[in-house]
Amino acid sequence: MTPAAGEVLALDRVGVEWPGAAPGAPSYVAVEEVSLSVRRGEFLSVVGPTGCGKTTLLNVAAGLLPPTSGAVLAFGERLSGLNRRAGYLFQADALMPWRNARENVEAGLVFAGVDRGEVVRRADDWLRRVGLAGFGDRYPHQLSGGMRKRVALAQVLILEPEILLMDEPFAALDVQTRQLMENELLELWSAERRSVVFITHDLEEAISLSDRIVLLSAGPRTRPLAEFTIDLPRPRDVAEIRLTPRFLELHGRIWAALRAEVLKAYAVSQRLG
Amino acid sequence: MRSASVSGNAAGRPRRRVPLVVWRALLLLVAFLAWHVLTATSVLPSFFFGRPLVVLGRVWDWFSSGKIYPHLGVTLVETVLAFAIGTLLGVAAGLWLGLSPAAAALLDPYIKAANAMPRVILAPIFAVWFGLGVASKVALGITLVFFIVFFNVFQGVREVSPVVLASVRMLGATRRQLLRHVYLPSATSWVFSSLHTSVGMAFVGAVVGEYLGSAAGVGYLILQAEGTFDVNSVFAGILVLTAFALLLDVVVTLAEKRLLVWHPRVTTDKL
Repeated sequence: MTPAAGEVLALDRVGVEWPGAAPGAPSYVAVEEVSLSVRRGEFLSVVGPTGCGKTTLLNVAAGLLPPTSGAVLAFGERLSGLNRRAGYLFQADALMPWRNARENVEAGLVFAGVDRGEVVRRADDWLRRVGLAGFGDRYPHQLSGGMRKRVALAQVLILEPEILLMDEPFAALDVQTRQLMENELLELWSAERRSVVFITHDLEEAISLSDRIVLLSAGPRTRPLAEFTIDLPRPRDVAEIRLTPRFLELHGRIWAALRAEVLKAYAVSQRLG
Repeated sequence: MRSASVSGNAAGRPRRRVPLVVWRALLLLVAFLAWHVLTATSVLPSFFFGRPLVVLGRVWDWFSSGKIYPHLGVTLVETVLAFAIGTLLGVAAGLWLGLSPAAAALLDPYIKAANAMPRVILAPIFAVWFGLGVASKVALGITLVFFIVFFNVFQGVREVSPVVLASVRMLGATRRQLLRHVYLPSATSWVFSSLHTSVGMAFVGAVVGEYLGSAAGVGYLILQAEGTFDVNSVFAGILVLTAFALLLDVVVTLAEKRLLVWHPRVTTDKL
């Protein structure tokens, strides 16, 4: 596959297979023949039922997990090792608990050997941009869940990654904090227009944030089912846009496609459980 | 591993009229009183059980005459050296084996064997190798401290959160930076969780070493007193050692509070 112009990240027929639990047991095919691509400046959401291998795909895109088959292309080049031009916002808490908020935000620049004055200046700037100007000396356990997510966001964005990979970053937050964070994310994103791959199982979140949505089938052997372009006007307010007729229309269409997969995933979990 | 305070969280209850400290002091006083009455009335022979007033007088003499200070100094130096060297070796070995599964698999049975061996037995050998001075006590203390720290660091390295590791790698850390910024701080918290035990063990190493053969130290004082059937001095020595151990524990707690500010367990300890 030759990279199309403006493509920052492409998965080319990626498959991931886990060896069986016992020797001789059949291996588990998490993801099969998945191809998808992200354009420059695009906000892409990947939606699928729980347990469909969304995180697996993101780990493959980050270079944390080498695919069993297929290839990852970053800026048209085949990826081997970590995806150095990508930033990864994890679902679980990934801050270093022994560093305070400021030191966590500074970490990437320190690793890169950036000059101290520059590090301090940029960390100040980012702490302010995520609304944590006075909280630099707090340790992660002294911050609320939403504040920790903001620190994590600043920690990733300070390195100015060209692609931002986000794995259900707001799933653990309460609804109000979540909508605030979503709006903040949109604001930060529209200022810099980085490419984003956003993983979620929440369809409303996906529609209100994205330019495009890729729907995944239920696992195992997950593959992309359908693709939807979200033509809602920007700038958006994630709470208000949910009430517009166009949003409801899109939601109805995508949900119709997603529902069958959710039921399938539910049936699988019932069988296993 | 935190065994410093037996009272748990009962200390902070506002309902209590009489502070806990008073009750604790009272308990100590009652114990001493019982000891005094039982020995004064010859229910317990004072030749074997000593007399609390004489014991306290002996402690007072030691401190007022200054006779105890050089001995305490020697014991302290031995404890600190054993603790520092043992911890350093434990951290280094723990990091190394924690990060290299092949070496860990190779050495596993030998480490278990060395840990299971009663290491106090080594004291005479160390006395032969390093003489009757400070070095042989430090060596004994190291063998006691090393394994506590080693096992904790080893465990700590293996239990570093995989998410934090992946995240730090994505932030561009090299292997060396991972070691310095993730494995080492993570291991440090485990070292601290074993600090009370390892300082205690260093102290045990020093005193037992002195007791088995030396020319100075509190253990040596006790040994001398035993040689002359001076049971009051033996008890006085034990009293001094106990007070000293408690003092060390307080110092450790203070150090822990300062160095582990990031740790939720330490700072929310008093809830």
